[in-house]
Amino acid sequence: MSHDNLPAQTSQDEQAAIAAATAALPAHRPRRTDVDPRAARRAERQIALMFLGSALMTVLFIVAFVVIPVDQNVYIWGFGTVNASNIALGVTFGLAILLIGTGAIHWSKKLMNEKEEVQMRHSLASTPQDRESAIEAFDTYSADSGFAQRPVIRRSLITAMALFPIPMVVMLRDLGPLPGTVLRETLWQKGSRIVIDPTERPVRPSDLPIGGLISAMPADLPEVQHEEGNLNARAKAAIILVRMEPQEIVSQQGENWDYGGILAFSKICTHVGCPIALYEQRSHHLLCPCHQSTFDLADSGNVVFGPAARRLPQLPITIDPEGFLVAVDGFAEPVGPSFWERGDA
Amino acid sequence: MSATVKTAGKTVGWVDDRLASSNFLKRSMGKVFPEHWSFMLGEIALYSFIVVLLSGTYLTLFFKPSMIEIVYNGSYVPLKGVEMSEAYASTLDISFDIRGGLLMRQVHHWSALFFIAAISVHLCRVFFTGAFRKPREMNWVIGVGLLTMALLAGFAGYSLPDDLLSGTGLRIAQGIMLSIPLVGTYLSFFVFGGEFPGTDFVSRLYAVHILVVPGLILALLTAHLIMVWYQKHTQFPGPGRTNDNVVGYRLMPIYMAKAGGFFFIVFGVITLISGLVTINPIWLYGPYTPDQVTAGSQPDWYIGWLEGALRMMPNVEWNIFGYTLSLNILVPAAIVPGIIFTIMGLYPWIEQWATGDKSEHHLLDRPRNAPVRTALGAMALTFYILLWVGGGNDLIAAFFDLSINSITWILRFAIFIVPPLVFVATKRICLGLQRRDRDKLLHGFETGNILRLPHGEFIEIHAPVSAEERAVLMAKPNRPPLPAVEEVDENGVAMPGARAARLRTKLSHFFYADDIPLPTREELEAAEAHLRHEVEEAAPVVDEDRRLVPAHDGSVLHDPAND
Repeated sequence: MSHDNLPAQTSQDEQAAIAAATAALPAHRPRRTDVDPRAARRAERQIALMFLGSALMTVLFIVAFVVIPVDQNVYIWGFGTVNASNIALGVTFGLAILLIGTGAIHWSKKLMNEKEEVQMRHSLASTPQDRESAIEAFDTYSADSGFAQRPVIRRSLITAMALFPIPMVVMLRDLGPLPGTVLRETLWQKGSRIVIDPTERPVRPSDLPIGGLISAMPADLPEVQHEEGNLNARAKAAIILVRMEPQEIVSQQGENWDYGGILAFSKICTHVGCPIALYEQRSHHLLCPCHQSTFDLADSGNVVFGPAARRLPQLPITIDPEGFLVAVDGFAEPVGPSFWERGDA
Repeated sequence: MSATVKTAGKTVGWVDDRLASSNFLKRSMGKVFPEHWSFMLGEIALYSFIVVLLSGTYLTLFFKPSMIEIVYNGSYVPLKGVEMSEAYASTLDISFDIRGGLLMRQVHHWSALFFIAAISVHLCRVFFTGAFRKPREMNWVIGVGLLTMALLAGFAGYSLPDDLLSGTGLRIAQGIMLSIPLVGTYLSFFVFGGEFPGTDFVSRLYAVHILVVPGLILALLTAHLIMVWYQKHTQFPGPGRTNDNVVGYRLMPIYMAKAGGFFFIVFGVITLISGLVTINPIWLYGPYTPDQVTAGSQPDWYIGWLEGALRMMPNVEWNIFGYTLSLNILVPAAIVPGIIFTIMGLYPWIEQWATGDKSEHHLLDRPRNAPVRTALGAMALTFYILLWVGGGNDLIAAFFDLSINSITWILRFAIFIVPPLVFVATKRICLGLQRRDRDKLLHGFETGNILRLPHGEFIEIHAPVSAEERAVLMAKPNRPPLPAVEEVDENGVAMPGARAARLRTKLSHFFYADDIPLPTREELEAAEAHLRHEVEEAAPVVDEDRRLVPAHDGSVLHDPAND
């Protein structure tokens, strides 16, 4: 492939260079197997044994595949309780493959005729004449087409070629709907009842002790989720409820958005959207397990550490006539990660 | 003629009648490849990729790339009756109900990890030995492309089972998408078919994972290998090895046996590990839901550096004219990786321009002989490792009982301070090793034979280094920095491009000014004479029979060897 244009015989210079390099090579040290026929026979036996071992392992694999039930567990010291089928199949198949490899390499190292050899490299660049003649040929051939001489054709072709991929991009339009304002909306609205996730039980203030935290959702979420057939609403509506002594609350995002020390915050991190639930009740800090953004729930959910740039949106809550917690209104700002069109609110 | 040879002859004849392939066959079988352990790193990458393809093909037969919610009714008891996507349920089926399914899943995951690890180490080998230099720049760029594709393939595959951990990874990816100025929101809505998580993404990602990315990898890999074949492999310096030849073993039989055998070893080891060590037990994580997450969430190791960058970045976000620019996400997730991969891809040309070296290189550099390149590489690796440590800051904090805030703050400073320190230290170490090499050529090596001279002085006999080592040491290239340029011609007119030329001279000094030159011929001859002289004058020569030859002055000396 590489040197078809070269004469079959190497030139004298090349032969001399090869001879010089070969002479400089360290002398070939005969291996034990080269001089001792018994060692050679031993190596031969070892190699054959490895290949036969591989064949045996293949047979054992088939046996294990047929005999061991897929859900059989077994205790193996050092590994604990493991799936018997997996370990048996893995070990037999692994060894069946591995032994072919070790056999082949053992063969090459012990018995194959190994002799270091020298080959010459040749310049990768073509000769200047070849280059020139290639360029000349290109010029001649392209002149035959008249590409350069007929600017009208050339320009119209370029125009057509530049435009024709556009449909391929346009067709991607229906991959999804336009964002519109949905990133600013959640299921929460005036009067939405707060229910515990996942039991769907409405929450009374007394359900939540001081220092406690529960994950919650709007009461209509399961139904909406079922109707829409996806988890989109859940990804925005998830909230947490925490309760602290009212006098511990330093500030809130709105006046009296708590209910008797119970605060509701979006559960979705404003960094890149992981759900947050690591709550340190004495400091009222909420930590995101993904990138450790930390929010102070006693102080408007402001960021106190980490890469998140925005506070956690707070949901204003109160109780309904039946004594269950409900939202006073929806979120005042978009929940979850920032996006370009979001702006300051 | 044996039967085998006859059959082989017939086959060759049949092919040759149609393709005139005999010459190619003959040349290829006799092609010589140089040998070094580090040349096997690329092989590991190639073989792991083959294993990835084999196991991946198997998995496609059972995996259902669908986000339709179903109720699980398989044999994994803890999740019975739980609602989950078909993707997750079919992954559970592969793990629990299909014989060998778990093994193949783990083979697929382990071989993917091997693949990316081998590419990364192979890349380091190529960088630190200067194998990317002319004429192999294109292959370097293809290699960087392969690394990028491998990372993409890994992340896409990790995200397919739709378990809690992979879904969390996708949520992060979507959050990153949203941070892209102007088009980010639209991009996210198009990619996910609407809001996150939607029901389209897994099947779309599936096409990317099993068709688009592997196709690109195969194409790039083919080009990569053809170029290695065509340009011939580089080799380390040694006796008989020059820039114009290749010294090694023929493809047939040695390399066929060794490389072929090595494929089976890589495949076998991956399979054994997959049988013995659990990886990505998705059944423990549960199905994905966007409002749950586990503490200590970690991506696969190769995404750790990006994760670390995200964690370490301070929370800078700008609101300009009613639009939001989330630098806290954009910088670590897009800008920094973009810069890293661009510099990596362009490095061959950067070095070429800075050093003015446009010649062909087939003989590898020992890393010490290119101190600045080695130091730059060490600096980049340090940067990478610090990002990676940042990705595990929560684990470190938990394990060593440290404050996660202080770890993050330390890393925020360390990422700027430590890499330059590593640069300086590495460069000094390289220069020290160069001095030692020069020393060895001039003074030989210390034999460990201590002799006491008649007047009581102890000396240690030095002996010249072996011919093989000498060949290695003498192969150090002599690379003087570029001379200063004339900035004005004789008429006092400023030379065009003088600033670039000045910068280039500076850079070339930066690269090579501190190099320890090889001893000159005169120095070597003088040193050789001195070595001989020293031995003859001061100490006895030990002859071949390990007996003492008396020194010039006839003194009787003590030889420890004859005690």
